[in-house]
Amino acid sequence: MSLNDFIQAAFFIVVVLLTVKPFGAYMARIYEGSPAGLNVWFAPVERLFYRLCGVKPEEGMSWKTYAFAMILFNILGALVVYGFQRFQASLPLNPMAMPAVSPDSSFNTAISFASNTNWQGYGGESTMSYLTQMVALVVQNFVSAATGMAILIALTRGFVQKQMNTIGNFWVDMVRTVLYILLPLSIIFAVLFVSQGIPQTFSKSAAATYLQTEKDSNGKPVTEQDIALGPVASQISIKQLGSNGGGFYNVNSAHPFENPTPLSNFLEMLAIFLIPIGLCYTFGYMVKDRRQGWAILAAMLIIFLPCLWFGIQIEQQGNPLLTKIGVDQGATAFQPGGNMEGKEARFGIANSAIWAVTTTAIANGSVNCMHDSFMPLSGMIPMWLIQIGEVDFGGVGCGLYGMIGFIIVAVFIAGLMIGRTPEYLGKKIEVFEMKMASLVAVIPHMFILLPTAIAVLTVAGKAGISNPGPHGFSEILYAFSSAAGNNGSAFGGISANTVFYNVATAISMFFGRYWLAIPMLAIAGSLSAKKIIPTTQGTLPTHTPLFVFFLVMVVLVIGALVFFPALALGPIVEHLMMRNI
Amino acid sequence: MLLAQIRPAIVSFVLLSALTGVLYPLFVTGVAQTLFHKQAEGSLIVSGDGKILGSSLIGQNFDDPKYFWSRISATSPAYNASASSGSNLGPSNPALLDEVKGRVAALKAADPGNNDPIPVDLVTSSGSGLDPHISLAAAQYQLVRVARVRGLTTDVVKQIVNQNTQGRFLGFLGEPVVNVLQVNLALDQYKK
Repeated sequence: MSLNDFIQAAFFIVVVLLTVKPFGAYMARIYEGSPAGLNVWFAPVERLFYRLCGVKPEEGMSWKTYAFAMILFNILGALVVYGFQRFQASLPLNPMAMPAVSPDSSFNTAISFASNTNWQGYGGESTMSYLTQMVALVVQNFVSAATGMAILIALTRGFVQKQMNTIGNFWVDMVRTVLYILLPLSIIFAVLFVSQGIPQTFSKSAAATYLQTEKDSNGKPVTEQDIALGPVASQISIKQLGSNGGGFYNVNSAHPFENPTPLSNFLEMLAIFLIPIGLCYTFGYMVKDRRQGWAILAAMLIIFLPCLWFGIQIEQQGNPLLTKIGVDQGATAFQPGGNMEGKEARFGIANSAIWAVTTTAIANGSVNCMHDSFMPLSGMIPMWLIQIGEVDFGGVGCGLYGMIGFIIVAVFIAGLMIGRTPEYLGKKIEVFEMKMASLVAVIPHMFILLPTAIAVLTVAGKAGISNPGPHGFSEILYAFSSAAGNNGSAFGGISANTVFYNVATAISMFFGRYWLAIPMLAIAGSLSAKKIIPTTQGTLPTHTPLFVFFLVMVVLVIGALVFFPALALGPIVEHLMMRNI
Repeated sequence: MLLAQIRPAIVSFVLLSALTGVLYPLFVTGVAQTLFHKQAEGSLIVSGDGKILGSSLIGQNFDDPKYFWSRISATSPAYNASASSGSNLGPSNPALLDEVKGRVAALKAADPGNNDPIPVDLVTSSGSGLDPHISLAAAQYQLVRVARVRGLTTDVVKQIVNQNTQGRFLGFLGEPVVNVLQVNLALDQYKK
C-alpha cells in the first residue's frame, strides 16, 4: 500500500466516524418523534399523509400486521416496477424510444429493486426510459431502503418496550424515514453531484462529432458519439444513501457521468456509509445504552478494516502476468500503478479498492470499477463480505437487524457456555428467538450455495460464464451471493440477462430479503411482549471488548466457514494457479 | 385488521411515488439547471460554430500517432457513450494477456525507438469504457512521439499537457490525470 493509498483510506474512515454520533442521534429523534428540526417544520405534511392514507399514527401494530403491511407494500411496489418496464414504450418521457423490457428481465428487476438488491441484468442507458428510471426505480430506491430501516426500528422497540403486543406502525416508520431522512439527504447530495458533473436533464442524448473518426465492428466509419444523458444525479444520490446501488448507466459509478471526480467519488462513498453506520448509534440511543451501539460498531469495524487493508494491498501489487511482459505497475507520483484493468484513471487503486470493500460490506452494490477484473484474492474480499450475511455493516436497517440476529445467537452460545439464561438488553432470549435468529443466519447460505450448485450443473447456468477456469465458477458464486445478500454488485462478465439467471437470482433475492425480515419482525413481537429483567451480577455484559470479540468470532464461524470450500474452488485456486503453485 | 392495511398501502404508495418519483427529480432538475446548467447537460465541449465536439467527462478513441491515445475501451465500437461497458476480463484470463500484448505492440509500432516501460493504465481497459483520462506517466510515455509526429518541441507539447492536467483534489484525493480529448483538441488548435 502506498502512502497516498493509506492517507485516502484513513481520511475516509475518520470522516465517516465523525458523522456517526450527530447523524445517529438525529435519526433516533426522528423515530422517537421528538423534535429534530425537519419533523417540526414538516409536521403538517406528515399529518396530511396519514389523513389521506387513513392511518392513525399513534396506533401500534402487532408484529404480524406490521409484517403484512410491509409485504403488501413491497408486492405493490414490485408490480408497479414490472408494469412500467413492460409498458414504457407507450408511456411518456422516453426520448430515446426504448422498447418494452422482456418479461423475465422485468420480473427480475422488479424483485431486485423491491428487495433493495438492485442487481441489474440490464444496461440502464440502453434499456430503460427516463420515466422508468425516475418513477419506477427511484421510488423503489426510497421505499425499499425505508422498509429496511422501519423493520430495524420495530425490532429496536422490541428491546425498549415492556409487555406490549405492538411493535409500532409500519406506515409511520416508512413515511418518517422518507420524509425526514432519505429525501432531504438525497436533495443535498444530488445537487453536490451535479456540481461535479453528473447530468440532470430531460434532454435526449447529445450527438458529438468524434475528433478521430471511429470504426464499427464491420469497419464502417462512425463519426458521431451518442452521449447518453438523463435525470441521473437524483437517482445516484438515493442509490448510494439507501444501500440500493442500482445505477443509471450499465457500468454504474465507474461511468464518468455517474461519478466524474475524486470529490464525487468521496461523497458517494460517504453516502453509502452514512445511514448504516449511523444506525448503530441510533440503536444505542433508542435502547438508552449508547455503549451497545458503539460495541456493535466496533465489532463491524474489526471485520471491515482488515478487509479494506487487504483489498488495497493486493490490488496495488498488480498482476504478475503483466509484469512478465514488461508493463510498469509500480505506484509513483505520476501513475497509480497496480492492477488497472477495469479501473478508472481518476480513481486509481486506492479509491477503487476502498469502494469495492465498502459497497459489499454495506449491501450497496454500486461499483466504481469492475470487480470481475480484480486479482483473485482481492476479488474474494467483496464476495466474502457479502457471504458473511451482509451484517457488516449491511444495508440500511437490514444490516443491523441481521447483526442483531447474530448477537442473539452469540448471547445464546455464551449463555450455554456459562450456564445462564441468555439475555440481551434485559430481554430473555428463549427458544422462539433462537429459532428465528437461526433462520436469519442460515437462509442466506441456502440461497447462495444451492443455486450456485444448480447453475454449475446445468447448461443454462454454465452458459453465463465469461472467464475460463476457476474464475468462471467465481462469477456464478458471486452472482448468487450478491442476490441472496441483497447486494447487487456482480462479477460483471457473467451474462445474467437470460431466463435462467433472471428467474434464479430473483428467487434468491426474494428469500434473501423477506425470509430474514419476517423472522426478525417475529423476534420484535416476541421481545416486545416480555418483561425487562433488571441487570444483576450474573448478567453477561454485551458492551465489553470481550463480547465484541466473541460476536466477531460467531459471525466469522457461522458466516464464513460455510463458504470456505466454495471459495477454495474459485478465487483461492485461481490465485494458486496464477502463482504456479 | 389485515384488510385495513390495503388502503394505506395503495394511498401511501401513490403519495410516496409522487413525492420521490416526480416532485423530487423535478425539484433537483430545477435547482441543477439553475445553478450548474453546463454540468447538468453533460459538460459538453462546443466549438465556436456550435458543433458538439464531445464532453469533457467522456473519452474518445485515438490510435493516430499524432494524438495522445486513451485507455483501451471495451465498448462496441470503442468509446460508445450510449452503451458503457468494462472488459470484465479476469486476471488469469488469456484474453487479458492478449489484449495487453496487442496494445503494447501497437504502441511500439507507433513509436519504435521508445524503450521506456509502458504505464499500466495505457495497456488496460477502463471500467466504463469511456475513461476520459490517462495517468501523467501515460502522457509522458507518449509525449515525444506526439511532438515528433506534429513537428513540435517537447516543451510545447508538455505545456499543453500541463494545461489539461488535473491534480489530486485537496492534494490527496484521487489520482492526478490528463484529459485526453482536451489535450488532443488543444494540440489540433495550436498554431506554430
